[in-house]
Amino acid sequence: MTLSPTTMAAVRASGAVPNAEYLLNVEGIRKEFPGVVALDDVSFRLRRGTVHALMGENGAGKSTLMKILAGIYTPDKGEVRLKGADIRLKSPLDALENGIAMIHQELNLMPFMTVAENIWIRREPKNRFGFVDHGEMRRITARLFDRLKIKIDPEIEVRHLSVANRQMVEIAKAVSYESDVLIMDEPTSALTEREVAHLFEIIRDLRSQGIGIVYITHKMNELFEIADEFSVFRDGKYIGTHASSEVTRDDIIRMMVGREITQMFPKEEVPIGNVMLSVNNLTLDGVFRDVSFDVRAGEILGIAGLVGSGRSNVAETLFGVTPASSGTIAIDGKTVSIDSPNTAIRNRMAFLTEDRKDTGCLLILDVLENMQIAVLQDRFVKGGFVAEKDITAACEEMSRKLRVKTPNLQERIENLSGGNQQKVLIGRWLLTNPRILILDEPTRGIDVGAKAEIHRLVTELARNGVAVIMISSEMPEVLGMSDRIMVMHEGRVTGILDRAEATQIKVMELAAS
Amino acid sequence: METNVAAQGTGSALPGAKRRMPPEFSIFLVLIGIALVYEILGWIFVGQSFLMNPQRLTIMILQVAVIGIIAVGVTQVIITGGIDLSSGSVVGMTAMFSASVAQASTWPRALYPSLTDLPAIVPIGLGVGVGLLAGFINGQLIARTKIPPFIATLGMMVSARGISKWYTKGQPVSGLTEQFNFIGTGIWPVIVFLVVAIIFHIALRYTRYGKFTYAIGANVQAARVSGINVEAHLIKVYAIAGMLAGLAGVVTAARAQTAQAGMGVMYELDAIAATVIGGTSLTGGVGRITGTVIGTIILGVMTSGFTFLRVDAYYQEIVKGLIIVAAVVIDVYRQKNRKKA
Repeated sequence: MTLSPTTMAAVRASGAVPNAEYLLNVEGIRKEFPGVVALDDVSFRLRRGTVHALMGENGAGKSTLMKILAGIYTPDKGEVRLKGADIRLKSPLDALENGIAMIHQELNLMPFMTVAENIWIRREPKNRFGFVDHGEMRRITARLFDRLKIKIDPEIEVRHLSVANRQMVEIAKAVSYESDVLIMDEPTSALTEREVAHLFEIIRDLRSQGIGIVYITHKMNELFEIADEFSVFRDGKYIGTHASSEVTRDDIIRMMVGREITQMFPKEEVPIGNVMLSVNNLTLDGVFRDVSFDVRAGEILGIAGLVGSGRSNVAETLFGVTPASSGTIAIDGKTVSIDSPNTAIRNRMAFLTEDRKDTGCLLILDVLENMQIAVLQDRFVKGGFVAEKDITAACEEMSRKLRVKTPNLQERIENLSGGNQQKVLIGRWLLTNPRILILDEPTRGIDVGAKAEIHRLVTELARNGVAVIMISSEMPEVLGMSDRIMVMHEGRVTGILDRAEATQIKVMELAAS
Repeated sequence: METNVAAQGTGSALPGAKRRMPPEFSIFLVLIGIALVYEILGWIFVGQSFLMNPQRLTIMILQVAVIGIIAVGVTQVIITGGIDLSSGSVVGMTAMFSASVAQASTWPRALYPSLTDLPAIVPIGLGVGVGLLAGFINGQLIARTKIPPFIATLGMMVSARGISKWYTKGQPVSGLTEQFNFIGTGIWPVIVFLVVAIIFHIALRYTRYGKFTYAIGANVQAARVSGINVEAHLIKVYAIAGMLAGLAGVVTAARAQTAQAGMGVMYELDAIAATVIGGTSLTGGVGRITGTVIGTIILGVMTSGFTFLRVDAYYQEIVKGLIIVAAVVIDVYRQKNRKKA
């Protein structure tokens, strides 16, 4: 029997909700995005009155599953049963009305409205003239806060609240919908220890009231402190569910990374030269601290870490996009001050950014214009005029070398596949003849063939004496390509591993510490 | 996004494998179409030819030459994804400044009696320089304070108009030297327009300045990461736009042989209209000077044709408004189709 969301809401309202053991029962979910299978035959159950943690590396499929539960995505295949009844959620609002509330990592409150207005938006109590009854709104907010032991003035504008308090407001809002299921996405990432303790108190309270909580976290200690059960995902697949009292930290890490490395990486030993880049105590206030490492000519330094660990921020700072607050960068033994991408390029650095669309491609321009833009800073220009013939020849040669599939250089880059766009952007940087190449997720979202070609190319660059820094969320890629792996966690370097000693488990331990 | 273009790729880049029609071609066809409609309507309603009248065509092109000079600068601003609302007021301001040092000693009420009969290069230089300064201030505001170009140039629009009124307390400046007036006579304004158009056509297509302008308009983040000093470049672009508005102010004063504080009112909108009709996209990254030149001529033909058909001036403005909106709608539609493709 499939109930429409409205019927479901009516059933809820009548109080005749079947008292099933599982609040949520998800089976055989599949979700595809162009080019990737985000979830493949995934199952998941949430018991009444429990906290259930979702664990997994970046890209394991946690977020996709959570977004399906919250009505943001609809699954391609599979069933979602809410308290025993089949349900198909069409929107986040639909989910909310069916008792599933999600608290996003980036909070969705309106800063210039009061706490009470934010909580009751769309459902404001009205007086008999049809105007909003602010007195009543204040009273019901106070009652709600009492129940949750939250101490926030309902009349204050949200913009004056700390992140922790905003989070409390979000939770109160979710509870005000009388939700049975609460989904929390890394709720503690911006909280202090005391705030976390308060949050956990509230979570335990909600749990004792029979609410089921889906809790996404990267932090092991939280798992043991708050979660009753946990499910592990890996590469879009469901690995298993266990009670958190039954396992150890190591068990979980093994479940998270326990894949076999089947992909081949063309890693070859190349002579390692002198230190090309030396970074000392690099700090960007509030983002990362005291990052120190060296990269030698011909060496590939992998940077691993979970999303939010500060990996990409370090790359951006090295390249002058967000200049450092303190610390030093030395190239070839000489301390340099890199305050903009322009000075970075002048020091023969190159930076392939993480987000191809946002910070890489000039989407509406053609392949030639995309490829030439960086090198025009100091070459192929005479008296202000671009040496069209030379630059076109150089770009043609580069696209031949990188095997860019495009009808011609006059094709708009947006008409190319992701892999070919990436090759054009790599070409953009190779034309500048860099000594230091920073690659942030160089193979994200591109097909296997192009991936292998990019790996080969990176190896070849290393052989030619380029110092390579490669950030990647894909563990096999980092392990397969790097000479050394630097692992980051919450804005700090937690360890640098040599190729010989690096294993998935070791990297994961450092990343999740 | 995974289109078959990539799949069908030959694996190597073949330049010019696919010849594309220049985008100006369709705009040019629109121009021809409009002219033909007037030609036919002319024979039906007025009993004479619209096109076979060199005098009318000369007047028409003269009327829009000043708009065209401004539009060349505005095109560059819009390609970066910005907008310049100040150009009309800058025309008024620079007309006043340049005229004030272009007066002949024979004129009894010269503003600066000691600065009369100067060689024409002085007032021209002053007008262009003041325009450049206004544009430079626009650019500084936009690049340094990150306020939207709409607001920065709106402020300049109001202030520059105020300065032109304050400068002579609202009095017109007349009695200009023959030498100065010369650049406003005959076909000279058109020549100035075409020279300016050619210079910046070349600048946009063949220089690093041009490549960077398009790159910033296409994706400012990517442009920055590619090493472009976005702030410095934007200042350049707005300064050039201001300079060209200043040049337009000089030509306007020379053509009228006098300067008034109210000169150039609404010119900024005509210039934006000519640019947009010429195929420059308000979202940035797309546009060419050749298109803007044709767009300017379309504006001229429209106005001239209405007068020719003796259509009331009120209707002219109403229709002009519709055309501007239509041009933007077409642009939006084009962008949408592009994304679907």
